[in-house]
Amino acid sequence: MSGGTLARYQRGLRAGVGFGLAAFVVGVSFGVLAQPLMGSVAPIVMSAVVFAGASQFGATAVLVAGGDAVTAIAAGTMLNARFLPMGVAAATALRGRPLRRALEGQLNVDASWALAARAEGGFSRELMLGATLPQYPLWIAGTAVGVFGGSALGDPASLGLDAIFPAFFLGLLAAELEQPRAAAAALLGGAIALSLTPLLPPGLPVLLASAAALIGLRR
Amino acid sequence: MSAVWAAIGGLALTTAAIKAAGPLALGGRELPRGAYAVIGLLAPALLAALVLTETFAREQELTVDARAAGLACAGVAVVLRAPLLVTVLVAAVGAAAVRAVT
Repeated sequence: MSGGTLARYQRGLRAGVGFGLAAFVVGVSFGVLAQPLMGSVAPIVMSAVVFAGASQFGATAVLVAGGDAVTAIAAGTMLNARFLPMGVAAATALRGRPLRRALEGQLNVDASWALAARAEGGFSRELMLGATLPQYPLWIAGTAVGVFGGSALGDPASLGLDAIFPAFFLGLLAAELEQPRAAAAALLGGAIALSLTPLLPPGLPVLLASAAALIGLRR
Repeated sequence: MSAVWAAIGGLALTTAAIKAAGPLALGGRELPRGAYAVIGLLAPALLAALVLTETFAREQELTVDARAAGLACAGVAVVLRAPLLVTVLVAAVGAAAVRAVT
């Protein structure tokens, strides 16, 4: 390993600690929200095997609203679709056999990708891997703290915890609105979901709102 | 309970597959232009749908309750560019306050 490579790993790790503290805090809110539905073990397992915040919140929201597993998986998967183009960009920097590239691709998370994509000289594999390492244990630890801390808090509704779901999604949405046509897709998606809510089982209106993304095909 | 575990397992598999697809499709192959545009708009479309249904839907009914007050508080926090954690806490406090007085 050359000195430059090692230095990039270290830079990634240092940035990853900061990202990890943010992941910890979001993990706490996920644990608090998921615990009443899932119990204590499942939210922690979910954070360990899925490790993608928005999709975990999205799938959980569908289940809490009464949607079935397939609808929850589909909604969570759509929220992860961005990892497809992000993975294509990261692939330019990954080396080795397909299995190794696929495994390293699992460490592609939003904050690490953004850091690695800004590196001079092209996408930096070392920055991405280094930055993700602290985030993974802190995301799981935050979930665990939320699960066990939240169940000690008391009635979720009287604490207003059910308002956390829409607020969380609104915060993520605000960050998305900077890209062109995102506001139009959001308005159309919201309109589809609300108008279908009285007609279809819970979860499906959210899923069908993804059709609004097809406006991206218009020139 | 089993729906929860099925959702966890299924979402873990699809997430791993999506994250592996880019690195495995190496060899200079790019996605079609239109695919990038649609994928980029999936998140805002779904997030807006989640914001509204999580606020105004109760099963298949549309209602206005304390969650709407929470969302309004969150909206103010977002406009003021508050961090995500503050936005979420403000929403909880807003909804709890409305429930406490009604």
